Amino acid sequence: MSAPLVEISGLQKRFDGGTEPAIARLSTVIQPGQVTGLVGPDGAGKTTLMRLIAGLLAPSEGSITVCGFDTLDNPAAVHDVIGYMPQRFGLYEDLTVLENLVLYADLKGVVGPARAPTFERLLAFTDLARFTDRLAGKLSGGMKQKLGLACAMLKSPRLLLLDEPSVGVDPISRRELWRMVYQLIGEGVGVVWSTAYLDEAENCADVIVLNEGKVLYSGDPHALTATMAGRVFHVRGAGPERRDLLARAIKRPEIVDGVMQGEAVRLVVAETASVPEAAELAPGRTVSVAPIPPRFEDAFVALLGGQSKRTLSLDGHVSDNHDGAPPVEAKALTRRFGDFTAADQISFEIRRGEIFGLLGPNGAGKSTTFKMMCGLLRPTSGAARVDGLDLYSAPAAARARLGYMAQKFSLYGDLSVRQNLEFFAGAYGLWGAKKRAAVERVIAAFDLDAHVNDNAGGLPLGFKQRLALAAAVMHEPPVLFLDEPTSGVDPLTRREFWSFINAMVGRGVTVMVTTHFMDEAEYCDRVALISRGKCIAIDAPEALQASIRTEALPNPTLEDAFVALIEAQDPETAKAAA
Amino acid sequence: MSAHVTPPGSLRRIAALIRKETLQVARDRSSFVVVFVLPALLLLLFGFGISFDVSHLKIGLVIEEASPDASDFAAALTNSRYFDVERATDRRAFIDKLSAGQLNGIVVIAGDFAERLARGDTAGIQIITDGSDPNTAGLTTGYVNGAWQVWQQQRARGQTATMPGQITVESRFWFNPELESRRFLIPGSISLIMMMIGSLLTALVVSREWERGTMEALLATPVGIFEFIIGKLVPNFVLGLMAMGVCVAASLFVFDIPLRGSLVALIGFTAVFLTVALAIGLLISTVARTQFLASQLAMLVAFLPGVYLSGFLFEVASMPAVLRAVATIIPAGYYVRGLNTIFLAGDIASVLVPSAAVLALMSTLLFVLTALNTRQRLD
Repeated sequence: MSAPLVEISGLQKRFDGGTEPAIARLSTVIQPGQVTGLVGPDGAGKTTLMRLIAGLLAPSEGSITVCGFDTLDNPAAVHDVIGYMPQRFGLYEDLTVLENLVLYADLKGVVGPARAPTFERLLAFTDLARFTDRLAGKLSGGMKQKLGLACAMLKSPRLLLLDEPSVGVDPISRRELWRMVYQLIGEGVGVVWSTAYLDEAENCADVIVLNEGKVLYSGDPHALTATMAGRVFHVRGAGPERRDLLARAIKRPEIVDGVMQGEAVRLVVAETASVPEAAELAPGRTVSVAPIPPRFEDAFVALLGGQSKRTLSLDGHVSDNHDGAPPVEAKALTRRFGDFTAADQISFEIRRGEIFGLLGPNGAGKSTTFKMMCGLLRPTSGAARVDGLDLYSAPAAARARLGYMAQKFSLYGDLSVRQNLEFFAGAYGLWGAKKRAAVERVIAAFDLDAHVNDNAGGLPLGFKQRLALAAAVMHEPPVLFLDEPTSGVDPLTRREFWSFINAMVGRGVTVMVTTHFMDEAEYCDRVALISRGKCIAIDAPEALQASIRTEALPNPTLEDAFVALIEAQDPETAKAAA
Repeated sequence: MSAHVTPPGSLRRIAALIRKETLQVARDRSSFVVVFVLPALLLLLFGFGISFDVSHLKIGLVIEEASPDASDFAAALTNSRYFDVERATDRRAFIDKLSAGQLNGIVVIAGDFAERLARGDTAGIQIITDGSDPNTAGLTTGYVNGAWQVWQQQRARGQTATMPGQITVESRFWFNPELESRRFLIPGSISLIMMMIGSLLTALVVSREWERGTMEALLATPVGIFEFIIGKLVPNFVLGLMAMGVCVAASLFVFDIPLRGSLVALIGFTAVFLTVALAIGLLISTVARTQFLASQLAMLVAFLPGVYLSGFLFEVASMPAVLRAVATIIPAGYYVRGLNTIFLAGDIASVLVPSAAVLALMSTLLFVLTALNTRQRLD
């Protein structure tokens, strides 16, 4: 192997006012011609490390060299050999695709006769040649990501730093980006890819697993995955009780991780423990327990000490309505913006106690549909109903029946946890003794006591998410809407969040969720696949997987199904979006 | 781009940044508002809304006993454009109106007015004003007194034979003979508007780069901080001059302010001041990374001191020594003086050159501070 591209020795980074170092004593190397994954939960120090390598932050101790140049002494030389794509891609949204390219080409010195062929190659590579006159702000998430990559690639960098390139990007675009990155490493470029999506770690030749600024593992991801052999198994046959089965299983001391995978429950046992008997897991029911091959995520969660055993402690059942109307219903929902139809005749009914997912590529009409279901956007035609109440003719009554958790957690950062809860209780019309009772109830149920007087803004992400969920259910709604609830959230936080959701569903709450995240879709009883404004499939995740099963692909993942179904519906969109 | 003349890296990067900035401005409706609508609107507000001149003071005139002299003075008041006069023979008729604020003052011509006038005694007029509004009260008293002086002079002229050689003091106000407050309010307003626009422009465009995450991408390219500053300064300098064009056009054609100095002096002096305003914005942007904070700071640091300490609304000479000292570092103050001079007096080098020199010194200092404060890294 040739000389390493990046050498990091004894690296420490402290920020003013921080008690713990953001990066603590890190020494490692990054090789050319391969992808090095930087994985870890939120706040682990991934972005800080990226910025340190890019020479945008100065190390507090230790040193980093990139292609032999010290990032502290010679940042200009480092900038000359790297391509850096920050989160949000660093694009000027009010400039066109071509203007962005021209700007970065001028700044990086790609001028004269070298420019035309470079542009031609990058536009072909990213398939953006047709969109050169479009404003960057009008591109889909996947296309922005590709333009960001093209700008970072202008000067044929030897090291490419991609900071969470796949956040908020649909699976089709994600696959396309990986394809492009593989092509680059074939040309000898070294790529550092930071991510909270653990399936991506399996695509890397090397991974650096970070947690709280410390390296937990560094090396071949498959070697780490291999240590989990024999510790992972599927429990099948629990039917509608699988959520209870999962909740009980997680509480067992020998289980370090448990997630839903369609009909099956995936469980991981601790290193020394043996697989529990089927009868222990589901008394009174015949379930099958079968070992399955481990994946990187199993190893990652085990490495971080397993998932939290915290569960929701709420008793009782939410009140039903009595007229037998479906809890959530979309009837030929249509929304046009000018001559563009963002949502076209979308219909579905969600059953009580069901988790229903809205999936689709960026710009497919998923968010438009979701907003109409929340009563935030007026449909051009059709109806959206909650518990039989129309969100337009009876908005107040309909909204009182639903809880809504926005993607960005609508919390007041400079109010304390308790003040936030009191505010939302008031906003839902609770007051006096009822309000106090509701606040105390959710503080206890969501285990918010530890930070109850701290400002919400400074809380760890997982806690914020719990608080946002608590605020959304203060008024005990029978229906809960979640908009990309775990986008950019690490696996541990995501698991805890879903264990809360599962517990709510156990109490009879009906859940509708939009997501990009296939793991999240696995928790759904049924998903609706939205593409180009139309609903192209509604079914259980396993049924969707089965629908595309072929001899060449005997075990399709849900992501495979997602990509295949969208491509089958509209090969042209799939290519353009990709 | 020609292959033969590739400019050296730094110039090329500056040109690229300027081109980028220009494209952004051209597509951003808010910059159009800041440059064209905001100055026009503010100037109209200042020009028509604020005025220290008074006309149509509402006066209740009480003539206790009619006489030719009394009606002559009454006619003088009635015909003046400064007064709207109501008449009565008893002051009690006006007392309630004065307390209700329907009258600005009461003028009483006493019963023995004509007699005392004939004797050459102090004549019996009484002026009653509403002291709860001292400003208007003072003005009313002043204007009535003025009218009284004028009337007496005219009367004297008619009786030259009996009163020879009367000496009067005649004041003459240079540069603004009509003492129209608009004449100095407009140049003063322009300086505040330019201060605000100049500092806002740069403060906002830099904090926007932080907010949108593009700063991070720029920092990872070979762009140097000096290039970045020039790239922000040049397009916004042009925008600032365009805003000045709007202000000058409005002053000349809407408000009829004379321009006694030359256009060259006006543009040159404005250019020096604009550099200071833009530099303040840049300095703000080194600490404010959100547009909200940047605009708040621009108001606080640039606009408000300009309002109070530039000498445009409030006389600096009559302030306590501490405030007078602070006022010497308020750039808007120098600009107000310069603009007043250019508009109302002419190109007077002894005023303009020292002011311009102080402003140039300020901008140099601000740029040094900005360069020292701007970090090439994120921490």
